Amino acid sequence: MKHLTLAAAMLALTAGMAQAQQDTITLGMVLEPPNLDPTGGAAAAIDEVVYANIFEGLTRFGPDGAVLPALAESWEVSEDGTVYTFHLHDGVKFHDGTDMTAEDVVFTLDRARAEDSTNAQKALFTGITGVAAVDPLTVQITLAEPNGNLPFNMAWGDAVIVAPESIDTAATAPVGTGPFTFTEWVQGDHVTITRNDAYWGAAPALASATFKFISDPNAAFAAMMAGDVDAFPNFPAPETLSQFESDPRFKVIVGSTEGETILAMNNKLAPLDDIRVREAIAHAINRQDIVDGAMFGFGTPIGTHFAPHNPDYVDLTALSAYDPEKSKALMAEVGEIPALRLMLPPPSYARRGGEIIAAQLREVGIETEITNLEWAQWLEQVFGGKDFDLTIISHTEPADINIYARPDYYFQYDNAEFQALIAELGVTSDPARRSELNKQAQEMIAQDYVNAYLFQLAKTGVANAKIEGLWENAPTQANDLTGVRWTE
Amino acid sequence: MRLNAQLWIGAALTAVFLAGAVLSFVWTPHDVTALNIADKLRPASSTYLLGTDHFGRDLLSMLMVGARTSIAVALVAVGIGLGLGVPLGLLAAATRGSLIDEVVMRGNDLIFAFPSLVIAILITAVFGPSALNAILAIGIFNIPVFARVSRGGALSLWTLDWILAARVAGKGRLRISLEHILPNIVNLLIVQGTIQFSLGILAEAALSYVGLGAQPPLPSWGRMLAEAQTMIYTNPALAILPGLAIVAMVLGLNLMGDGLRDLLDPRVRRARA
Repeated sequence: MKHLTLAAAMLALTAGMAQAQQDTITLGMVLEPPNLDPTGGAAAAIDEVVYANIFEGLTRFGPDGAVLPALAESWEVSEDGTVYTFHLHDGVKFHDGTDMTAEDVVFTLDRARAEDSTNAQKALFTGITGVAAVDPLTVQITLAEPNGNLPFNMAWGDAVIVAPESIDTAATAPVGTGPFTFTEWVQGDHVTITRNDAYWGAAPALASATFKFISDPNAAFAAMMAGDVDAFPNFPAPETLSQFESDPRFKVIVGSTEGETILAMNNKLAPLDDIRVREAIAHAINRQDIVDGAMFGFGTPIGTHFAPHNPDYVDLTALSAYDPEKSKALMAEVGEIPALRLMLPPPSYARRGGEIIAAQLREVGIETEITNLEWAQWLEQVFGGKDFDLTIISHTEPADINIYARPDYYFQYDNAEFQALIAELGVTSDPARRSELNKQAQEMIAQDYVNAYLFQLAKTGVANAKIEGLWENAPTQANDLTGVRWTE
Repeated sequence: MRLNAQLWIGAALTAVFLAGAVLSFVWTPHDVTALNIADKLRPASSTYLLGTDHFGRDLLSMLMVGARTSIAVALVAVGIGLGLGVPLGLLAAATRGSLIDEVVMRGNDLIFAFPSLVIAILITAVFGPSALNAILAIGIFNIPVFARVSRGGALSLWTLDWILAARVAGKGRLRISLEHILPNIVNLLIVQGTIQFSLGILAEAALSYVGLGAQPPLPSWGRMLAEAQTMIYTNPALAILPGLAIVAMVLGLNLMGDGLRDLLDPRVRRARA
């Protein structure tokens, strides 16, 4: 058997040498995007396909999270901080051949902040009072109050520039300005993108790329081993990483993400509308066990909805420290509660973490009923329909604590004080004050035990050893392929 | 009587699993629902006789409770088949050639026309995955199997003289079916029952493997296999042990079924003598 594999490998090697340098790549993804319009959907999987590949914004995130110029080559702020002037790149064309002008920026931002907008991150655009095209390459954004965060906000996948001509079909056939054009989407299987030869910036090394959707960890492992997939940036089977590490064909890339993994609780539905129940659940959870058991040690415990690598992070894990006795005491006070429905989406952190959490809750007398949901079901029933008691999910958007200010968000936390705080944060540009507000916000949601904060998701990627240029960390949800290439 | 090796080996294997399953009701070496992450992926030792899985659960305990799940699902599924299939088969045989016979047997053909596992997946997908729905899904496919076996057995009996004598004596079809036909096809049903039982174990494992059988935290052999799959190189015991359990259990039941047929079927017995 061993000889056979060796012979096959050598055969493959010689065949490979005879060929020209490889310029296509297949990337594995756990979740399939529900659509391909990042300005109209919340799912991280959308950005993981289109961000920086198909669509670009005025600004963009670099691999280290820094805000870099993108479609806007430069920008300046007025004296009082309320008017931003963005200077657009000359000669940028959409994939359908139309020019990208200031009018498209006006259209995009007006559409995103409109009353009936379906943008998943409308908060990015609050405070914008007007967007005007000064000339075809200059856009002026007027703000109600100074907001130093505007270039950061404009870098999000939800703020990419779209064209009025093609927006109607963006969900299934996205047309952007990026280095890759959309080729095909075979639902349930893959999305293919092809190099845009008319790209305004530096041409990418890859001629085409395929995103293959494999939600089952076993299948992901098999696909990686068989070479059907060249890279899996968020590999779902952390228990196999040691094996990939010792295999010279592969490299393992471990980095940080913006993914706060939480046990979300339905704050509006009894019995979880009772803070004592939520507190009891928080104290019943042993985070280290979840990191070790579900993620095989990859991940950092968190005590609030904030990334530990952020300078404003406050370590509040002590507030919800593992204390089963305290949970039992709280539950004794509350009395009997019915079994809670624990709905688990496909990622292994959720499926495995769910089993561990169910066992930990059982220890303190809280019964759960586990239901495994497919991704589309989860989006519909839990995220959209809010029909759940408990669920586990990783929020991979950067600096997304403001979701707690949205009472209609799926975990339904409604606290006017917190909403006021986030509103103030939205209009504050003084860095010291912002940092203070961020800390207050973190403390408030931790003290209210809105959700049980589990751990910061690690980016555990596996790739063919000959691929370089993949992001090590994930400052935003993206698989930026512009710098990816094969080394031989 | 000659020693029937097949029967004894089969019965012994089955007995081992039955004993483990029954024992698990009152005692397992460790609690199967308690996770002990600190002790995950331990090799076999005196504390954990067969080692632990990725959550630190004792593998032996999980296999024991898993046997219980498998046997319970298969047993009830066979029960559904016997309970509904045999009366239907007897009815069809007693009314041979009538409309009832046609309806029953064409109904059977209809169920047989669908691949069983696909229908099982459909049922669990529609009604939600659980051990109960797995039982129903597997049980439904046992109905036509038992209906056919009992109709076939009964038809050949109906042509015999002593049945004719019973009819002449004035017994009705129902009484003849229950008093004369049924006791004489019991051997057929026992043999078919053990075979369906082993198929039920396999079907339960298959459904659990794809996540549609018994739900966590209830252990099941199929799910243990599925969970061990990515660790097959690093911790092969996790996959080998539940796999072996399935193989041994199914093999034991099949051997026992063959052995029982040899023992109970007069024709085979005569041929062997």
